[in-house]
Amino acid sequence: MPLTNVANDAAAQTVTLTAEFDAPVERAWQLYADPRQLEQWWNPPGYPLTITDHDLSVGGFVRAHVTAPDGQKIQAYWRISAVDAPRGMEWEDGFLDDQGEPNPAIPPTTMRLTLAERAGGGTRMTIVVGFLSAEAMQEYLDMDIEEQMRVTFGQADALLLSLTLPG
Amino acid sequence: MVVDQADVSLLFHALADATRRDIVRRTMGEQFSVSALAREYPMSFAAVQKHVAVLERAGLVTKQRKGREHLVAGNPASLRAAHDALDRLELIWRDRVARMDDLLVSDPSD
Repeated sequence: MPLTNVANDAAAQTVTLTAEFDAPVERAWQLYADPRQLEQWWNPPGYPLTITDHDLSVGGFVRAHVTAPDGQKIQAYWRISAVDAPRGMEWEDGFLDDQGEPNPAIPPTTMRLTLAERAGGGTRMTIVVGFLSAEAMQEYLDMDIEEQMRVTFGQADALLLSLTLPG
Repeated sequence: MVVDQADVSLLFHALADATRRDIVRRTMGEQFSVSALAREYPMSFAAVQKHVAVLERAGLVTKQRKGREHLVAGNPASLRAAHDALDRLELIWRDRVARMDDLLVSDPSD
């Protein structure tokens, strides 16, 4: 199991996950830097992701669309705010409106990725996921949870995962 | 404790301020009197009292009278509601980490 730690901080509105992989840092970085690899892990099976823009420089955008099982297309983006390849990156993750602009109606989340060499080889990945503001967190909380789960996992996966959550 | 929609918006308004987040952190572990809390921050007793009142309305702390003092205690059940949003992010990322691992194991080369 690569996941070694999960820490939720409600006061700071962040989740921090730590995972370890046997692969070296350069290889782990390719999971983000190679759009074809990113397409393979970002979304669950059944929600294929197609990346159309992939500019991992500060101020750059990654744009993609997700095709839901009902055929509906959802446009999403990353806006890169800091990058230190292959050791880390910070970005905003949100949805695009019909004009292809970041949609402020759906609160984006923020991501801070760190890839560090693990003693003895391999990679320790830390990712801090948060919100732009307490208001954004609340909007996210107000969104229909069924819809979120449908978009982010298969139903069975969501159920199984919820059983392993720490109380 | 059931947290309804109105409570949730109070909750995040309350957590949007750094001093109030700090008061929540402190009082989750042990009770503090309002005057003891006031000594911890570079602001007036009245200002700290206002922060405590906001937290109390959001259900994040409770205030109990003990002698001449008001003791402030954190309420973990309310903080739990804030955790729910984080739990959703956690689920998404647990799933992603598993898929990343699958990919690294199946294609160790670059």
